[in-house]
Amino acid sequence: MIKGIFIILAFLFLGETCSHFMSDFIPGSVLGMMLLFVSLVTKLIKADDVRAAANFLTKNMALFFVPASIGIMSSWNLISQNILPLTLISVMTTVLVIAVVAFIQEQSEKRKSTK
Amino acid sequence: MIMKEVLFENAPFMLSLVTGSFLLGTWIHKRTKFALFHPCIISMIIIICFLNYFDIPYESFAAGSNIIHFMLGPAVVALGLVLYDQMAYLKGNILSMLTAVGVGSIIGVVSVILIGKIMGISPEIIHSVEPKSVTTPIAMSISQSNGGIPALTAVTVVICGIIGAMIGPKLLEMLGIKSKIAQGLSIGAAAHGLGTARAMEIGALEGAISGLSIGLMGIMTSIAIPIIHYIGNYFHIL
Repeated sequence: MIKGIFIILAFLFLGETCSHFMSDFIPGSVLGMMLLFVSLVTKLIKADDVRAAANFLTKNMALFFVPASIGIMSSWNLISQNILPLTLISVMTTVLVIAVVAFIQEQSEKRKSTK
Repeated sequence: MIMKEVLFENAPFMLSLVTGSFLLGTWIHKRTKFALFHPCIISMIIIICFLNYFDIPYESFAAGSNIIHFMLGPAVVALGLVLYDQMAYLKGNILSMLTAVGVGSIIGVVSVILIGKIMGISPEIIHSVEPKSVTTPIAMSISQSNGGIPALTAVTVVICGIIGAMIGPKLLEMLGIKSKIAQGLSIGAAAHGLGTARAMEIGALEGAISGLSIGLMGIMTSIAIPIIHYIGNYFHIL
Protein backbone atom coordinates (compact mmCIF):
# COMPACT_ATOMS: atom_id res chain seq x y z
CA MET A 1 0.00 0.00 0.00
CA ILE A 2 2.76 2.46 0.96
CA LYS A 3 4.59 1.61 -2.24
CA GLY A 4 1.44 2.49 -4.20
CA ILE A 5 0.93 5.74 -2.29
CA PHE A 6 4.55 6.67 -2.97
CA ILE A 7 4.27 5.90 -6.70
CA ILE A 8 1.04 7.93 -7.10
CA LEU A 9 2.40 10.92 -5.15
CA ALA A 10 5.69 10.78 -7.06
CA PHE A 11 3.80 10.81 -10.37
CA LEU A 12 1.66 13.71 -9.15
CA PHE A 13 4.86 15.58 -8.29
CA LEU A 14 6.38 14.68 -11.66
CA GLY A 15 3.21 15.84 -13.43
CA GLU A 16 3.08 19.12 -11.49
CA THR A 17 6.74 19.80 -12.30
CA CYS A 18 6.24 19.11 -16.03
CA SER A 19 3.08 21.23 -15.98
CA HIS A 20 5.02 24.10 -14.43
CA PHE A 21 7.53 24.01 -17.29
CA MET A 22 4.67 24.05 -19.82
CA SER A 23 3.33 27.17 -18.03
CA ASP A 24 0.35 25.11 -16.71
CA PHE A 25 -1.02 24.41 -20.17
CA ILE A 26 -2.08 20.91 -19.11
CA PRO A 27 -2.77 20.47 -15.37
CA GLY A 28 -0.20 18.46 -13.38
CA SER A 29 -2.62 15.78 -12.22
CA VAL A 30 -3.58 14.96 -15.83
CA LEU A 31 0.07 14.77 -16.88
CA GLY A 32 0.69 12.52 -13.84
CA MET A 33 -2.16 10.26 -14.96
CA MET A 34 -0.76 10.06 -18.49
CA LEU A 35 2.78 9.37 -17.21
CA LEU A 36 1.48 6.64 -14.86
CA PHE A 37 -0.45 5.05 -17.73
CA VAL A 38 2.63 5.05 -19.98
CA SER A 39 4.78 3.59 -17.19
CA LEU A 40 2.27 0.78 -16.65
CA VAL A 41 2.10 -0.01 -20.38
CA THR A 42 5.90 -0.05 -20.69
CA LYS A 43 6.07 -2.27 -17.52
CA LEU A 44 8.25 0.32 -15.80
CA ILE A 45 5.76 0.01 -12.94
CA LYS A 46 3.88 -3.14 -11.94
CA ALA A 47 0.11 -2.68 -11.86
CA ASP A 48 -0.17 -4.71 -8.63
CA ASP A 49 2.13 -2.25 -6.84
CA VAL A 50 -0.30 0.64 -7.27
CA ARG A 51 -3.61 -1.28 -7.28
CA ALA A 52 -4.59 -1.04 -3.60
CA ALA A 53 -3.80 2.67 -3.30
CA ALA A 54 -5.33 3.54 -6.68
CA ASN A 55 -8.55 1.64 -5.93
CA PHE A 56 -8.92 3.47 -2.62
CA LEU A 57 -8.57 6.82 -4.41
CA THR A 58 -10.82 6.18 -7.42
CA LYS A 59 -13.58 4.40 -5.45
CA ASN A 60 -13.93 7.34 -3.03
CA MET A 61 -13.58 10.20 -5.51
CA ALA A 62 -17.03 11.66 -4.76
CA LEU A 63 -16.00 12.43 -1.15
CA PHE A 64 -12.96 14.42 -2.31
CA PHE A 65 -15.24 16.87 -4.13
CA VAL A 66 -17.02 18.00 -0.94
CA PRO A 67 -14.50 20.62 0.36
CA ALA A 68 -14.33 22.34 -3.06
CA SER A 69 -18.13 22.51 -3.29
CA ILE A 70 -18.31 24.45 -0.02
CA GLY A 71 -16.61 27.25 -2.00
CA ILE A 72 -20.23 28.07 -2.92
CA MET A 73 -20.27 30.05 0.37
CA SER A 74 -17.55 32.48 -0.67
CA SER A 75 -19.11 33.15 -4.08
CA TRP A 76 -22.73 33.02 -2.92
CA ASN A 77 -23.49 36.63 -3.91
CA LEU A 78 -22.37 36.02 -7.48
CA ILE A 79 -24.33 32.79 -7.66
CA SER A 80 -27.57 34.11 -6.18
CA GLN A 81 -27.54 37.08 -8.56
CA ASN A 82 -27.15 34.74 -11.53
CA ILE A 83 -28.98 31.68 -10.29
CA LEU A 84 -31.31 31.34 -13.30
CA PRO A 85 -28.69 31.60 -16.10
CA LEU A 86 -26.27 29.40 -14.13
CA THR A 87 -28.87 26.68 -13.62
CA LEU A 88 -29.96 26.87 -17.24
CA ILE A 89 -26.36 26.68 -18.51
CA SER A 90 -25.50 23.76 -16.22
CA VAL A 91 -28.49 21.65 -17.25
CA MET A 92 -28.52 22.48 -20.98
CA THR A 93 -24.80 22.12 -21.66
CA THR A 94 -24.52 18.93 -19.60
CA VAL A 95 -27.31 17.34 -21.65
CA LEU A 96 -25.68 18.62 -24.84
CA VAL A 97 -22.22 17.24 -24.01
CA ILE A 98 -23.59 13.80 -23.08
CA ALA A 99 -25.71 13.63 -26.26
CA VAL A 100 -22.95 14.81 -28.63
CA VAL A 101 -20.19 12.57 -27.23
CA ALA A 102 -22.42 9.47 -27.06
CA PHE A 103 -23.82 10.08 -30.54
CA ILE A 104 -20.41 10.48 -32.25
CA GLN A 105 -18.94 7.43 -30.51
CA GLU A 106 -21.99 5.24 -31.25
CA GLN A 107 -22.06 6.29 -34.92
CA SER A 108 -18.35 5.59 -35.49
CA GLU A 109 -18.71 2.14 -33.88
CA LYS A 110 -21.69 1.37 -36.11
CA ARG A 111 -19.85 2.52 -39.21
CA LYS A 112 -16.89 0.30 -38.31
CA SER A 113 -19.05 -2.79 -37.77
CA THR A 114 -20.84 -2.41 -41.12
CA LYS A 115 -17.57 -2.08 -43.03
CA MET B 1 -19.27 31.83 21.89
CA ILE B 2 -15.54 32.03 22.51
CA MET B 3 -15.42 28.25 22.69
CA LYS B 4 -16.30 27.60 19.05
CA GLU B 5 -12.82 28.47 17.75
CA VAL B 6 -11.28 25.87 20.05
CA LEU B 7 -14.02 23.31 19.45
CA PHE B 8 -14.68 23.53 15.72
CA GLU B 9 -11.97 25.46 13.92
CA ASN B 10 -9.42 22.64 13.69
CA ALA B 11 -8.57 19.88 11.21
CA PRO B 12 -9.84 16.86 13.20
CA PHE B 13 -13.28 18.43 13.56
CA MET B 14 -13.55 19.67 9.95
CA LEU B 15 -12.41 16.28 8.61
CA SER B 16 -14.98 14.49 10.82
CA LEU B 17 -17.63 16.93 9.60
CA VAL B 18 -16.85 16.20 5.93
CA THR B 19 -16.62 12.40 6.27
CA GLY B 20 -19.54 12.20 8.74
CA SER B 21 -21.91 14.28 6.64
CA PHE B 22 -20.89 12.34 3.53
CA LEU B 23 -21.57 9.05 5.36
CA LEU B 24 -25.00 10.32 6.36
CA GLY B 25 -25.54 11.43 2.76
CA THR B 26 -24.65 7.96 1.45
CA TRP B 27 -27.04 6.40 3.97
CA ILE B 28 -29.93 8.71 3.01
CA HIS B 29 -29.19 8.23 -0.71
CA LYS B 30 -29.28 4.41 -0.33
CA ARG B 31 -32.48 4.50 1.73
CA THR B 32 -34.45 6.89 -0.48
CA LYS B 33 -32.87 6.01 -3.88
CA PHE B 34 -33.82 9.58 -4.82
CA ALA B 35 -31.36 10.97 -7.37
CA LEU B 36 -31.41 14.54 -6.06
CA PHE B 37 -30.27 13.26 -2.63
CA HIS B 38 -26.74 12.73 -3.93
CA PRO B 39 -24.27 12.20 -1.03
CA CYS B 40 -22.36 15.30 -2.21
CA ILE B 41 -25.48 17.51 -2.09
CA ILE B 42 -26.57 16.29 1.35
CA SER B 43 -23.03 16.66 2.69
CA MET B 44 -22.79 20.16 1.18
CA ILE B 45 -26.09 21.28 2.75
CA ILE B 46 -25.21 19.90 6.20
CA ILE B 47 -21.77 21.55 6.21
CA ILE B 48 -23.03 24.94 4.98
CA CYS B 49 -25.86 24.97 7.54
CA PHE B 50 -23.39 24.08 10.27
CA LEU B 51 -20.82 26.73 9.29
CA ASN B 52 -23.55 29.38 8.98
CA TYR B 53 -25.19 28.49 12.29
CA PHE B 54 -21.94 28.71 14.24
CA ASP B 55 -20.72 31.64 12.13
CA ILE B 56 -17.51 29.85 11.12
CA PRO B 57 -15.70 31.53 8.18
CA TYR B 58 -15.17 29.55 4.97
CA GLU B 59 -11.41 30.05 5.29
CA SER B 60 -11.26 28.02 8.52
CA PHE B 61 -13.26 25.25 6.89
CA ALA B 62 -10.97 25.25 3.82
CA ALA B 63 -7.86 25.13 6.02
CA GLY B 64 -9.23 22.30 8.18
CA SER B 65 -10.52 20.14 5.34
CA ASN B 66 -7.52 20.67 3.08
CA ILE B 67 -6.28 17.06 3.32
CA ILE B 68 -9.48 15.73 1.71
CA HIS B 69 -9.36 18.42 -0.98
CA PHE B 70 -5.74 17.47 -1.71
CA MET B 71 -6.81 13.87 -2.47
CA LEU B 72 -8.38 15.03 -5.77
CA GLY B 73 -4.90 15.32 -7.33
CA PRO B 74 -3.74 11.76 -6.46
CA ALA B 75 -7.20 10.46 -7.44
CA VAL B 76 -6.78 11.85 -10.97
CA VAL B 77 -3.31 10.26 -11.20
CA ALA B 78 -4.77 6.93 -9.98
CA LEU B 79 -7.12 6.94 -13.00
CA GLY B 80 -3.99 5.96 -14.97
CA LEU B 81 -4.39 2.43 -13.55
CA VAL B 82 -8.12 2.30 -14.39
CA LEU B 83 -7.16 3.21 -17.92
CA TYR B 84 -4.42 0.57 -18.07
CA ASP B 85 -6.82 -2.15 -16.85
CA GLN B 86 -9.22 -1.47 -19.73
CA MET B 87 -6.56 -1.05 -22.39
CA ALA B 88 -7.90 -3.96 -24.47
CA TYR B 89 -11.06 -1.94 -25.15
CA LEU B 90 -9.13 1.15 -26.18
CA LYS B 91 -7.52 -0.51 -29.19
CA GLY B 92 -9.28 0.45 -32.40
CA ASN B 93 -11.41 3.03 -30.62
CA ILE B 94 -8.83 5.68 -29.83
CA LEU B 95 -9.49 7.88 -32.86
CA SER B 96 -13.28 7.88 -32.50
CA MET B 97 -13.00 8.54 -28.76
CA LEU B 98 -10.64 11.48 -29.30
CA THR B 99 -13.03 12.90 -31.92
CA ALA B 100 -16.13 12.42 -29.76
CA VAL B 101 -14.61 14.01 -26.65
CA GLY B 102 -12.90 16.76 -28.69
CA VAL B 103 -16.15 17.81 -30.36
CA GLY B 104 -18.04 17.44 -27.04
CA SER B 105 -15.50 19.69 -25.33
CA ILE B 106 -15.73 22.43 -27.96
CA ILE B 107 -19.54 22.31 -28.08
CA GLY B 108 -19.64 22.40 -24.27
CA VAL B 109 -17.48 25.53 -24.06
CA VAL B 110 -19.14 27.32 -26.99
CA SER B 111 -22.65 26.59 -25.68
CA VAL B 112 -21.72 28.05 -22.27
CA ILE B 113 -20.46 31.23 -23.95
CA LEU B 114 -23.53 31.51 -26.21
CA ILE B 115 -26.14 30.95 -23.48
CA GLY B 116 -24.17 33.22 -21.15
CA LYS B 117 -24.05 36.01 -23.76
CA ILE B 118 -27.75 35.67 -24.55
CA MET B 119 -28.67 35.84 -20.87
CA GLY B 120 -26.29 38.75 -20.39
CA ILE B 121 -24.09 37.46 -17.57
CA SER B 122 -20.65 38.97 -16.95
CA PRO B 123 -17.57 37.61 -18.81
CA GLU B 124 -15.93 36.75 -15.48
CA ILE B 125 -18.78 34.37 -14.66
CA ILE B 126 -18.83 32.91 -18.17
CA HIS B 127 -15.08 32.17 -17.91
CA SER B 128 -15.69 30.51 -14.53
CA VAL B 129 -18.34 28.19 -15.97
CA GLU B 130 -16.60 27.26 -19.24
CA PRO B 131 -14.65 24.31 -17.78
CA LYS B 132 -17.74 22.96 -15.96
CA SER B 133 -17.47 19.45 -17.42
CA VAL B 134 -13.85 18.99 -16.34
CA THR B 135 -12.79 17.42 -13.04
CA THR B 136 -12.33 19.99 -10.22
CA PRO B 137 -8.51 20.24 -9.90
CA ILE B 138 -8.16 20.68 -13.67
CA ALA B 139 -11.18 22.97 -14.00
CA MET B 140 -9.94 25.28 -11.24
CA SER B 141 -6.55 25.74 -12.90
CA ILE B 142 -8.18 26.27 -16.32
CA SER B 143 -10.51 28.88 -14.78
CA GLN B 144 -7.63 30.64 -13.05
CA SER B 145 -5.51 30.95 -16.19
CA ASN B 146 -8.49 32.11 -18.32
CA GLY B 147 -9.89 34.91 -16.17
CA GLY B 148 -12.49 33.01 -14.14
CA ILE B 149 -13.16 32.70 -10.41
CA PRO B 150 -11.84 29.27 -9.25
CA ALA B 151 -14.27 28.97 -6.30
CA LEU B 152 -17.28 29.55 -8.57
CA THR B 153 -15.83 27.03 -11.04
CA ALA B 154 -15.52 24.39 -8.31
CA VAL B 155 -19.20 24.78 -7.39
CA THR B 156 -20.39 24.63 -11.02
CA VAL B 157 -18.24 21.57 -11.67
CA VAL B 158 -19.79 19.71 -8.74
CA ILE B 159 -23.34 20.76 -9.70
CA CYS B 160 -22.81 19.70 -13.35
CA GLY B 161 -21.27 16.44 -12.15
CA ILE B 162 -24.34 15.70 -10.06
CA ILE B 163 -26.70 16.65 -12.91
CA GLY B 164 -24.76 14.46 -15.36
CA ALA B 165 -24.67 11.49 -12.95
CA MET B 166 -28.38 11.92 -12.26
CA ILE B 167 -29.76 12.27 -15.78
CA GLY B 168 -26.94 10.63 -17.80
CA PRO B 169 -28.12 6.98 -17.79
CA LYS B 170 -31.77 7.96 -18.43
CA LEU B 171 -30.79 10.35 -21.23
CA LEU B 172 -28.65 7.71 -22.95
CA GLU B 173 -31.53 5.24 -22.74
CA MET B 174 -33.88 7.81 -24.31
CA LEU B 175 -31.37 8.50 -27.09
CA GLY B 176 -31.09 4.77 -27.72
CA ILE B 177 -27.32 4.59 -27.14
CA LYS B 178 -26.38 0.90 -26.93
CA SER B 179 -22.56 1.02 -27.02
CA LYS B 180 -20.97 0.60 -23.58
CA ILE B 181 -18.01 2.70 -24.69
CA ALA B 182 -20.30 5.54 -25.83
CA GLN B 183 -22.17 5.40 -22.50
CA GLY B 184 -19.03 5.57 -20.34
CA LEU B 185 -17.34 8.12 -22.57
CA SER B 186 -20.24 10.58 -22.59
CA ILE B 187 -20.97 10.38 -18.84
CA GLY B 188 -17.28 10.89 -18.01
CA ALA B 189 -16.98 13.76 -20.49
CA ALA B 190 -19.96 15.65 -19.06
CA ALA B 191 -19.81 14.67 -15.38
CA HIS B 192 -16.13 13.77 -14.60
CA GLY B 193 -15.55 11.88 -11.32
CA LEU B 194 -19.15 12.04 -10.15
CA GLY B 195 -20.28 10.62 -13.49
CA THR B 196 -17.58 7.95 -13.29
CA ALA B 197 -18.81 6.85 -9.86
CA ARG B 198 -22.26 6.40 -11.45
CA ALA B 199 -20.83 4.71 -14.57
CA MET B 200 -18.98 2.19 -12.35
CA GLU B 201 -22.38 1.13 -10.97
CA ILE B 202 -23.51 0.37 -14.55
CA GLY B 203 -20.41 -1.72 -15.32
CA ALA B 204 -16.60 -2.01 -15.06
CA LEU B 205 -16.05 -1.15 -18.71
CA GLU B 206 -18.37 1.88 -18.61
CA GLY B 207 -16.60 3.03 -15.44
CA ALA B 208 -13.11 2.66 -16.88
CA ILE B 209 -14.00 4.41 -20.14
CA SER B 210 -15.63 7.16 -18.11
CA GLY B 211 -12.39 7.47 -16.12
CA LEU B 212 -10.46 7.79 -19.35
CA SER B 213 -12.95 10.37 -20.55
CA ILE B 214 -12.21 12.58 -17.50
CA GLY B 215 -8.58 12.79 -18.59
CA LEU B 216 -9.39 13.32 -22.27
CA MET B 217 -11.96 16.00 -21.48
CA GLY B 218 -9.45 17.72 -19.16
CA ILE B 219 -6.76 17.82 -21.83
CA MET B 220 -9.13 18.78 -24.66
CA THR B 221 -10.82 21.56 -22.68
CA SER B 222 -7.55 23.04 -21.39
CA ILE B 223 -6.44 23.28 -25.03
CA ALA B 224 -9.83 24.34 -26.43
CA ILE B 225 -10.59 27.28 -24.10
CA PRO B 226 -7.50 29.44 -24.89
CA ILE B 227 -8.04 28.79 -28.63
CA ILE B 228 -11.77 29.63 -28.49
CA HIS B 229 -10.94 32.81 -26.53
CA TYR B 230 -8.33 33.74 -29.12
CA ILE B 231 -10.79 33.31 -31.99
CA GLY B 232 -13.52 35.11 -30.02
CA ASN B 233 -11.26 38.07 -29.29
CA TYR B 234 -10.09 38.21 -32.90
CA PHE B 235 -13.68 38.64 -34.10
CA HIS B 236 -14.56 40.83 -31.11
CA ILE B 237 -17.27 38.41 -29.97
CA LEU B 238 -15.94 38.01 -26.43
